Amino acid sequence: MTEGVQVSGSLRTRLAITLTGGAAVLAVLLFIVVRNYAAQIAQQGQDSILSASVTSILDAAVIRDGVVEIDFPYASFSMLSTPMDDRIFYAIYQDDTLLSGYGDLPRTSGTATRAYQGSPVRLVTASRVLIGANVRTRISVTVAQTQDALSGTLSRISRNVALFGAGFFALATLLSIWATATTIEPLKRLTTSVTRRGPQDLSPVAKPVPLEMVPLVASLNSLMARLGQSLKQSEDFIAEAAHRVRTPLATVRSYAEATLQRVDREENRQALRSMIRAIDESSRAAGQLLDHAMITFRADHLERDDLDLVDLLRELVLRLTPVAEMKDIDLHLQADGPVIINGDPILLQNALRNLIDNALKYAPGESVITIRVDAQPRVQVEIRDQGPGFPPDEIDGLTGRFSRGRNAAGTIGSGLGLTIAQDVAAAHGGTLALSNLPEGGACVTFSL
Amino acid sequence: MRYLFSVILCLWPLWTMAQDWEDRQVFQGTDASRTLRILSSTDTSFFEPIIASFLAKTPELSVEYLVIGTAEIDQRFRQAPDRYDVVISSAMDLQLKLANDGFARRLGGVAHPDWAQWRESLFAFTSEPAAIVVNRAAFEGQALPRTRQELIQALRARPDVFRGRLGTYDVRDSGLGYLFATQDARASETYWRLMEVMGSLGTRLYCCSGDMIDDLSDGTIAVAYNVLGSYASARQQTDGRIAVILPSDFPTTMMRTGFVSSQAQHPQDAARFVRHLISLQSDPVSKDSLPLPPLSTDSAGQSAIALEPALLTYLDGLKRQTFIKEWVSAIVQP
Ligand SMILES: Nc1ncnc2c1ncn2[C@@H]1O[C@H](COP(=O)(O)OP(=O)(O)OP(=O)(O)O)[C@@H](O)[C@H]1O
Ligand SMILES: [Mg+2]
Repeated sequence: MTEGVQVSGSLRTRLAITLTGGAAVLAVLLFIVVRNYAAQIAQQGQDSILSASVTSILDAAVIRDGVVEIDFPYASFSMLSTPMDDRIFYAIYQDDTLLSGYGDLPRTSGTATRAYQGSPVRLVTASRVLIGANVRTRISVTVAQTQDALSGTLSRISRNVALFGAGFFALATLLSIWATATTIEPLKRLTTSVTRRGPQDLSPVAKPVPLEMVPLVASLNSLMARLGQSLKQSEDFIAEAAHRVRTPLATVRSYAEATLQRVDREENRQALRSMIRAIDESSRAAGQLLDHAMITFRADHLERDDLDLVDLLRELVLRLTPVAEMKDIDLHLQADGPVIINGDPILLQNALRNLIDNALKYAPGESVITIRVDAQPRVQVEIRDQGPGFPPDEIDGLTGRFSRGRNAAGTIGSGLGLTIAQDVAAAHGGTLALSNLPEGGACVTFSL
Repeated sequence: MRYLFSVILCLWPLWTMAQDWEDRQVFQGTDASRTLRILSSTDTSFFEPIIASFLAKTPELSVEYLVIGTAEIDQRFRQAPDRYDVVISSAMDLQLKLANDGFARRLGGVAHPDWAQWRESLFAFTSEPAAIVVNRAAFEGQALPRTRQELIQALRARPDVFRGRLGTYDVRDSGLGYLFATQDARASETYWRLMEVMGSLGTRLYCCSGDMIDDLSDGTIAVAYNVLGSYASARQQTDGRIAVILPSDFPTTMMRTGFVSSQAQHPQDAARFVRHLISLQSDPVSKDSLPLPPLSTDSAGQSAIALEPALLTYLDGLKRQTFIKEWVSAIVQP
């Protein structure tokens, strides 16, 4: 089915990669943005507490008798307690001299992060001018805190956000798989509906398709319409041609026959016989062609009817009896009772006539042709003769168009009989099987 | 006892000789190859059974137990943190500052309540309230005061009985005394009124709870304020002359804490010792067999002074200056 088609990538893969790739990028972006945002907020929280601590110390600064006193509240430091027991450091400067605290604490302004005693600390510094009786001095306070609780919070947030991102990605992947499948689905449906069609079915796709597929389906429909059109035209042409050939041929044959009666010289009679034979040959071919074209045409839209197969065969046998009697052949119809099927009577008749016709043609005189109809296990008609059977090496190709066996050398025929029978069987969903009987003779099984 | 410990009286390197200790004892393990040096403010007698049970488990160690005051511990340890493996002190503020300044080693996986530890490096192992201890004779026929307020009233009611017969820590010398005083001052204004009253009657200042209790017993003083309850209760059992009162208005409860030096010579052994100490002190079974009061489990440390960096507040130079100035002006009256 797919051989000869050039493949360039897969829509499904491309769609899936685009969707999941997009989801992955989004997930990573989400992680980075949320994490940074959380980090910022957490840092702001620490900064504001540190600022509050600094402010409460600065507020406690007073000048008493020209000496700076800072009786800062217990809360200045107790507000800095964290669940991770972060370490705190502070330094209080009057102008540039250390009043108390950690003298080696880095001096910064505003907020900053520095390494101190081997770990990163956040420092907040603020200052205030004190004015005494005759002094004017600047007190600056730095409070610093390690970032254990902060980094604990951050890593917890990171883990949660990472989990969230991974969940988002997994969900998006599932969703993209589902979306891809549903997007591809109509394409698949169209493919199966086109693939499942019989070889003759050129009807337009009738089921609704998604908007994007409309141009494709429309051009497919129009292609099939044109194809059907041209097929029909050629069939019509053949039928017309065959018809046109057959009528004059019949006239020519009757003239030739009449002339044969009147001609006495042996060589002339011989020539006339060859002529009649050629005419028969052509007319048979034209007839078969016509039938074949008709069958090809009707195969698409069978005119089904409930009919009794046995009845149909009985009628056929009756009609062919004169021909059989000429060869002293006994046509033997075997059936256990009526076999009712639903089918196109004209086609079935045509097919079965061709099969019986073959048996009559290739079996020797004074023999028996058995036509057996079975309803179980499946409906089938079996036609056996006592002739030479099919040439074993050619048996597989005999159903092909215009294909004739070696044994058919002397008989008139076009090689379309089995083709017609097989096409009719196929149009009814059945098969045609050729075999040779062990006791000699051909056996054709036409099953529906 | 299955093992033997003895006091070694032999020559030690010069630096140990150069330092004078309140007490210094070596507990020899039966199979000792290393010596754990413990710097402590707690009297040896309180720690003897703990060290003994530790050595029973780890005979390959000896323990050198060095006793000195809390303020001294802070000074000596800061100078040479590599000389000591474990530091034990009742001055929570100084201990916390040491831990805050990076002198304490973090011990992972110690199952200890949050309120009784700081940074997994400083561990509390006792709960000891500050008590009012009185000489019963001085309150003959009088109700014993139950709160600071009642104590103030009692002092005011009979100033002649109490004049010159009051005692408390000298907060300038004693780290623990300073801790109790600052926490009291933080809790209530009553503290300052009490100090004023005590100051007006004349108060003796002490370095240690032991001395105060001694003077109470023989009647030199009638009331001691902010005595370590654990010491006083131990004495009360053998000495009927004193009574221990835990003030019911607000309790000030100290927790003894210990940590492993960040530069310990034997950090693993030191950690083992601290774990052993904690588990003994938190175990309700060993409660009665050990002389040290256990870590209280009921109150979940509610009433105890919180182990938090706020303890640094009163260690601040400016704060200390201000506080001492106020305290001195209250209690040391001409
Ligand atoms: N009953 C049979 N016994 C032996 N050979 C047969 C029999 N039926 C068919 N054949 C062989 O199969 C060939 C194909 O048969 P088919 O009916 O298609 O063509 P045909 O009989 O030659 O021509 P026509 O189109 O006129 O029927 C025959 O030429 C013949 O060789
Ligand atoms: Mg035929």
